[in-house]
Amino acid sequence: MDWSTVFSLSTLTNTINTATIVILAGLGCLMTDQAGMMNIGIDGMMTFGAFAAVIGSWACASWEMGLLFALAVGLVLGAFYGLFVIRFKSDEFIIGVALNIFAAAMTTFMLRSIPGQKGSFHPATGAVIKLPTITIAGMNFSMMVPLSWLLVLLAWIMIYRTPLGFWLHASGEHPDSLRSVGRSPEKMKYLASLMCGALCGLSGAYLSLGYLSTFTENMSASRGYVAVACVIFGRSNPPLVFLAALLFGFIDAAGQRMQGVVDPYLTAALPYVGTILMMVILALRQTRRKKAH
Amino acid sequence: MQFPDALANDDVSLDIHRGEIFALVGENGAGKSTLMNILYGMCTPTGGEVIVKGKRVQRFSPADAIAAGIGMVHQHFMLVPSFTVAQNIVLNDEPRRHGLFYDFRAANATVERLVAEYGLRVNAEDKVQDISVGLQQRVEILKTLHRGADVLILDEPTAVLTPQETDELFDVIRRIVREKQMTVIIITHKLYEVMAISDRVGVMRAGKLVGVCETKDVNERILASMMVGKEVLLDALERIDDHDATPAIEVRDLHVADNRGLPAVRGLSLKVERGEILGIAGIEGNGQSELIEAITGMRPVDSGKVFIQGQDVTGKNPRQIRAAGLAHVPEDRLSTGVSAQASITENLLVGKEKDARFSIGKFHMKKQAVHAYAQEVFDRFDIRAASVDKAVGSLSGGNMQKVVVAREFSFDTPVLIISQPTRGVDIGAMDFIHKQIMDKRNQSCAILLVSADLDELYRLSDRMVTVYEGQITGEFIPSQIEKTELSYYMTGGRKEDANEKR
Repeated sequence: MDWSTVFSLSTLTNTINTATIVILAGLGCLMTDQAGMMNIGIDGMMTFGAFAAVIGSWACASWEMGLLFALAVGLVLGAFYGLFVIRFKSDEFIIGVALNIFAAAMTTFMLRSIPGQKGSFHPATGAVIKLPTITIAGMNFSMMVPLSWLLVLLAWIMIYRTPLGFWLHASGEHPDSLRSVGRSPEKMKYLASLMCGALCGLSGAYLSLGYLSTFTENMSASRGYVAVACVIFGRSNPPLVFLAALLFGFIDAAGQRMQGVVDPYLTAALPYVGTILMMVILALRQTRRKKAH
Repeated sequence: MQFPDALANDDVSLDIHRGEIFALVGENGAGKSTLMNILYGMCTPTGGEVIVKGKRVQRFSPADAIAAGIGMVHQHFMLVPSFTVAQNIVLNDEPRRHGLFYDFRAANATVERLVAEYGLRVNAEDKVQDISVGLQQRVEILKTLHRGADVLILDEPTAVLTPQETDELFDVIRRIVREKQMTVIIITHKLYEVMAISDRVGVMRAGKLVGVCETKDVNERILASMMVGKEVLLDALERIDDHDATPAIEVRDLHVADNRGLPAVRGLSLKVERGEILGIAGIEGNGQSELIEAITGMRPVDSGKVFIQGQDVTGKNPRQIRAAGLAHVPEDRLSTGVSAQASITENLLVGKEKDARFSIGKFHMKKQAVHAYAQEVFDRFDIRAASVDKAVGSLSGGNMQKVVVAREFSFDTPVLIISQPTRGVDIGAMDFIHKQIMDKRNQSCAILLVSADLDELYRLSDRMVTVYEGQITGEFIPSQIEKTELSYYMTGGRKEDANEKR
């Protein structure tokens, strides 16, 4: 096979485009992780976000409204997650799984409720307006790509350089320490849930209005789980999560390039195999560190 | 203040004066921490009022307590381990640049100023997870001082400290009281600390404040007898003397560490013969729990030997030790005594499930036999519940304890280890359990009994030993020693030097 096609310019843009989905969702997931909640429901939040973005964009014939719809749905889901995990003290994994199953089923149901739509969204009238693009170094990117980079920077500043970020982290690591100085850890956890919802909404909007230009059933393709893995791999540190997501994006893009040579089902599995390998490496490193202690 | 079922503080009235060191003492569960948590706003009282500096407290929250100048150093530190010392001290009161960013330099400067002012040396940039427990406590104290506290509550501050760290802490307390006119309330159950540091002392027992005294007017023995208190009048139990001089339990020079790895049992030796009850008296936290756990195989032994029925069981696991002829009523029925979600039947069956009476092979239980057995024990031990199928967790403390006692006693072992058999149990159930214990003794069991209740020890024991800081301080015959004298040995007095001190 020709390795030059694997390491080409279009592989670079593909890497960045695919990674952006995971970066945005990963930022959301790391917010809740900082606050002591491992939200594996981000996959469902993305799916809902993607659906809401397409509907908003098509119904109002504007990408702005698509984005707004996705954000609103994300916030509602974030509040829902917070309500169950923080207020009702439900198991965070169960709620996450429930959210994912619910999202897959509900978006499929709603899609099929629109006349003539099955599998993916193809409206008879009107059109889905995509997010605007920006040219960086001669390459065309969705506006969400540079925005995600900015958000990585902002998230890092917030968590490591502002009191708000400290409270967020304290609410996860030692909630009573925050309570005893007179600040509610529950409020910080709600804030984290809402930020997570909003970021997953953005991730979904990018998925359906930037990466592609339609909604298809189960279109998140479990990238939410990959984002969770990236958050664990990057120890909830935004720049590290960003790098992990880029690695995932590269494996995905390289896999697409190799489709002509290798069995396409095998290449489609590559990113997920890569994710598992990442987790194994991480686990090995941690056990080695524990032994060293 | 009430917990769902229990009154943690019952009609307590207490005045604390500005600029004094006030000690609050009492057994575990006497209500000291609850009282202080109310003062700090972590609990809301169900009745009564709290007045701080002449103002009635309207809202109970830590934020309001901080605003009123009250600071609390909790038993379990309220520090974020991955944050630096400075980050922890200024938490929720962070200095900022441009109104948004945390100001690292200003925070460190704040800590250095506090260190200079109060003489409590800490390094602002160390991470809390990397420093010693003693230093972490300093960080906690600095945290409250930074918030302008002039009333400082310390909840069991010395429980986690080495003796040297304790001395340093006391120096700090004396200095801030003298130089800064602070008021300090210290919760403890170590009486020598009360004598060493406090101006006045309040004693709590079972949720009530039983006395407040000037420290100079009392001594450790008076305080100890106030702490254990109450006489309960119950009929004497029938005692058949059929003593057999073969030791059934023997502990030789045992050393055991506590959960923190510090020595809890330090060179303890004892023997229990068949047909006698040996009672262990001591203030809680003096190694009794660790001793029992080591004998029953639930905690590793550092050095020394344990023999059950002449068999060396040191370092064996609980199943092997039980096979040597031991049954064990553990001190905490909820965490180790029962499975709360399981039924009474299931709890009674544990340990007998492999018995040929109840099962065939590994996969078949004889349901009827199990049920009949459970019903018989249920009736004999007078367990009050709707049926044997009820979950044990739904029973009252007394009935739950009866389930534990019934199960352990029905193993018919020659050796019984019994810890706190009637804690939180009503008097009827207590009397019943006492009679069961005495029956076992009369059937020539060797019984080792640990209890925080002196009346119980007096009523049941043939011999008593007092323990203090993991060592035996004296051995007594119950009828030959007064409780007040016994409490002297429980607080560190030794039999050898008792005569000169008196």
